[in-house]
Amino acid sequence: MPPPISCIASPPWAAAMWRESWPDQSGDITRALRDADLPAPAMLAGRDGAAAGRRFNVYRNNVAHGLIEALGSIFPAVKAQCGEARFADAARLYLAAHPPRSRLVFEHGRDFAAFLDAFEPARHTMPWLADLARLERAWLDAYHAEDALPMQPATLADVAPDDLAAQCFRAHPAATVIVSRFAVHDLFEAGRAGQVIATPLVPQACLVTRPALSVEVRLLPGGGAVFFSALLSGESLGSALAAALAAAPGFDIPAALAALLQSGAMCAGPDAAS
Amino acid sequence: MAHRFPSRSVRAMAGASFKPQHLDAILNDAQPGVFFEVHAENYMGAGGPAHAALTRICERHPVSLHGVAMSLGGPDALDPDHLARFAALVQRYEPALVSEHLAWSSHADVHYNDLLPLPYTDDTLSHVCAHVSQMQDAIARPILLENPSTYLLFRHSSWSETDFLREISRRTGCGLLLDLNNVFISAINHGTSADAYLAAFPLDRVGEIHLAGHDTQADDAGLPLLIDTHDRAVPDPVWSLYRRVIGQIGPVPTLVEWDADLPDWPVLKAEAHAAAHIMHSLSAMGRRHVA
Repeated sequence: MPPPISCIASPPWAAAMWRESWPDQSGDITRALRDADLPAPAMLAGRDGAAAGRRFNVYRNNVAHGLIEALGSIFPAVKAQCGEARFADAARLYLAAHPPRSRLVFEHGRDFAAFLDAFEPARHTMPWLADLARLERAWLDAYHAEDALPMQPATLADVAPDDLAAQCFRAHPAATVIVSRFAVHDLFEAGRAGQVIATPLVPQACLVTRPALSVEVRLLPGGGAVFFSALLSGESLGSALAAALAAAPGFDIPAALAALLQSGAMCAGPDAAS
Repeated sequence: MAHRFPSRSVRAMAGASFKPQHLDAILNDAQPGVFFEVHAENYMGAGGPAHAALTRICERHPVSLHGVAMSLGGPDALDPDHLARFAALVQRYEPALVSEHLAWSSHADVHYNDLLPLPYTDDTLSHVCAHVSQMQDAIARPILLENPSTYLLFRHSSWSETDFLREISRRTGCGLLLDLNNVFISAINHGTSADAYLAAFPLDRVGEIHLAGHDTQADDAGLPLLIDTHDRAVPDPVWSLYRRVIGQIGPVPTLVEWDADLPDWPVLKAEAHAAAHIMHSLSAMGRRHVA
């Protein structure tokens, strides 16, 4: 009967070839996993004691490919806008500079937008990538955010007109505003449909929400980002409207109130009946 | 908020990986007749569609919680946050089975997102046993520890993998998850015998079996190098190992893993039902194992 998988006898010279403790050995393995120029650690063997060679590269590739794929699944529109090969190059450099700390893959890529801000090739040719990455990261945060019941239309309908301006709400856990000098909403929509936009030079702002189980990304009109940012930071409805009007004199108040109720960005305030 | 799902037995049941893409097909399936296994980490967010889907699955099916990132085989201390998240999931969903890997995936606070191999020595044995016990304490129940698929070996290993697993099980009380695809992959990759491995495996400790498909590549010497891809149907040699084990020990909860290049739900379900058929036909032949 052939022997079961077991140890391979070490030649007498071998003991000097690797460090003694498992913490040291695993450190040598991860160093070689991250640096393709390093040889596979000598403690590792292929079949019949052969050098690990290509077998170690399977782990190297699994690690690199797995983390790049994970990043691509978090930032599909960024990947679509820059193309698979350029995305993989950027992801590789990002992961080398910012090794992922979280065991939860959906938490990865938190610094990716900041990385793209400073990433020379992107800064010159596609300066909008960083904001697009911010929007996609916000999308995934909204997806996994805590469940909460958004404010119901009746909540506002029950408020006496004189008291409306003083109303404050709580931010829904999934709600975020993303503001950009570029057409980040169009880039997001196109990228997630696998399309490319060449020169997205119009400033756009988005409201990201998840009122129930679907994440929604709304293009905000002028003043909309100011309005929702103010509400999300706890300012009263009156003060948020005033700030929006100051930022955009043509700010459409009825449309803003409709968006407030439809988007699910806010939950009933601490004073309202839940 | 405590959801209480009916306690469901998975004894003699076959199961399939749960993929959100299959949710509607599963819910519309009048008689799936299977249990589902999920990767625990995918359900460690605060809320949203992932939890909503798993809640619906749990209402109708037994669920197995399969961790992929605890890094039990690593030298570092287990991540207390990760332990707490895992414990919260166990409490919330009351899974029928809980499992993790004889492998490591994190080192010095960096997550490598892969199941990396470890040497089998007295040193690593104490590391792994301490980690398994710590995880079992954290979730207040025993786990099943899965045998890995490996592409290389450690020159200084002093334990066979089967003895190493037996000793971990003896010291910690954990059960074992016997992944037959991994057994086959490792045997081909190292030029050893899957039958001999199974003969040496502590089958009395097996609480679940995994079946899956793999890819075939070659190493530097042109020798076959099987890669654990979970992207296709279970191949014949793995089914043969399965018949052999079930014939020997009787029905065991059996999961068909499929994680990439997903087929439609009926294809995956048919794979799970094939496993159920083998379990039932072999036990009908009176070869039922007395546990």
